[in-house]
Amino acid sequence: MHELTVSPWASLAYLVAGVCFILALRGLSSPASSQRGNRFGIIGMTIAVVTTLVTHVPVRMNGCPLGIGRCAILDRPVVDWLTVIEILAAIGLGAAIGLVTARRIAMTAMPQLVAAFHSLVGLAAVLVGVAAYLNPQAFGISDLVVPMIGQPFAVIHPVSRIELGLGVAIGAITFSGSVIAFLKLNGNMGGKPIMLPGRHVINLALLAGILGLIAYFVTEQAPWVFWTIAILSFVIGFLLIVPIGGADMPVVVSMLNSYSGWAAAAMGFTLHNSAMIITGALVGSSGAILSYIMCRAMNRSFISVIAGGFGAVADTSGGGTAIDRPWKRGSAEDAAFLMSQAEQVIIVPGYGMAVAQAQHVLREMGDKLKAEGVRVKYAIHPVAGRMPGHMNVLLAEANVPYDDVFELEDINSEFAQTDVAFVIGANDVTNPAAKTDKTSPIYGMPVLDVEKAKTVLFIKRSMGGVGYAGVDNDLFYRDNTMMLLADAKKMVEDIVKALD
Amino acid sequence: MDFIAILSIFVLACFVGYFVVWAVTPALHTPLMAVTNAISSVIIVGALIAAAAAGIGAGSGVAKALGLVAVVLASVNIFGGFAVTARMLAMYKKKERPVAPASSK
Repeated sequence: MHELTVSPWASLAYLVAGVCFILALRGLSSPASSQRGNRFGIIGMTIAVVTTLVTHVPVRMNGCPLGIGRCAILDRPVVDWLTVIEILAAIGLGAAIGLVTARRIAMTAMPQLVAAFHSLVGLAAVLVGVAAYLNPQAFGISDLVVPMIGQPFAVIHPVSRIELGLGVAIGAITFSGSVIAFLKLNGNMGGKPIMLPGRHVINLALLAGILGLIAYFVTEQAPWVFWTIAILSFVIGFLLIVPIGGADMPVVVSMLNSYSGWAAAAMGFTLHNSAMIITGALVGSSGAILSYIMCRAMNRSFISVIAGGFGAVADTSGGGTAIDRPWKRGSAEDAAFLMSQAEQVIIVPGYGMAVAQAQHVLREMGDKLKAEGVRVKYAIHPVAGRMPGHMNVLLAEANVPYDDVFELEDINSEFAQTDVAFVIGANDVTNPAAKTDKTSPIYGMPVLDVEKAKTVLFIKRSMGGVGYAGVDNDLFYRDNTMMLLADAKKMVEDIVKALD
Repeated sequence: MDFIAILSIFVLACFVGYFVVWAVTPALHTPLMAVTNAISSVIIVGALIAAAAAGIGAGSGVAKALGLVAVVLASVNIFGGFAVTARMLAMYKKKERPVAPASSK
């Protein structure tokens, strides 16, 4: 047995790191404790990294003429300072890139950034897996066989082969899936779902192939098995995300978040490292719960989101029949007058607000209204935007106090006592058809009851388009709805001017 | 550690994760994703081991190089993830005064 000996102190340190990560997530239960939580995360990571650096000081052998492992006296390990410098330089390079990116990124670009970060975790997992496959002795997952003739070689433990195979597969899926999600969120690739014929059959066949190969890998430690697992996993990650449309991105981003956790956990199993296992389990369940919350908020099953194709009907139907019903158009002055006379205004932001970057001017409008004695609240639907909590971050960026911002279930009953509901860049999440029309694709989705307000002000670029679900919004044609047709930011700026 | 001990840690951690994450306020779901992203980069532990290893066989040089690349990727994530989370969390503010001064920037 050539088991890697881990000092009990190191194991303890990794456990402490894992507990720090639990506390990091725990801190996020309220904004007040969240910053402390983040510091716990940093402490935990520092402990994990320092422990690894100390217990795995790079050494090189002084050299033994008879070959490695065959002479004990000459072949003395010495600290390999060159490698130490290389490692520190690698950390420094990553830190510089990471810190600059974190500082420069616009808050509206947060979904892309998170997707990009997920892809890095996935790729790192794949690289670590490949390194473990190529040099299993370093990871303590193999027995060294020293034959009488020829080079010594390492035989990886069967359990470690399963863990390695799974880790590389999940890492590769996370990587290629996140790259596609990034390209879609960043606008390099259309948000529309791309449908391949027979994709379900292809995906299932690929999945079966990957699992079969991992099973085969246990019996046969051949390079072609390992590399085929990696390549098939890259392909399936790509194929899984390509057919998923823009509006389903909150689910996709959460799902990839979950995968990145499972990849870390699988590597933790390989390395017998409790910090990685705890973190992987935390992140994995976190992403899974977020996916579940997002699916529930759209009244769709996880399977139907993964199967993809939602929103594909948007271009073929729905749009044509939309405009032949009467609707009212208002001006910025009308909106300003209505809101300044109101007792309570509820603002409903959506992805359109993020696209138009209207959050700052929206807060300004809110402040002006408050100065006139109007109560201003914000109502946020769980799937508004492109990732969980997207709208909350943008409002926080614009200095909207978080106790003015309410979740769907907390504020929905208030619309009936509200004078003005101000919908900016949201559409499907306000559609009353979700409650009444059983034939509607969004039937059953929980929506904000904006139509119960005395007046609904609905900002929209033009009357032609429909929401991502591809359904016409009944709200536009109601007697108490006034359409404000303009770019969201421009319209709010005009309202602010009119309020002066 | 044997496999069952590791599996126990994993299963218990999944339950801890379940309860901790449900307690996260929905307003902080984006920071949650950013911070989980940062901590899942604990995979850097594996990368550091690969990068530090003096190995045997033809693959070990390649393994070391891959380890170093993985260290860079994971570091981007760790530093970037924690920094962007800190930046987001610093923006969440309580209501200061009933009426904020209507100054535009």
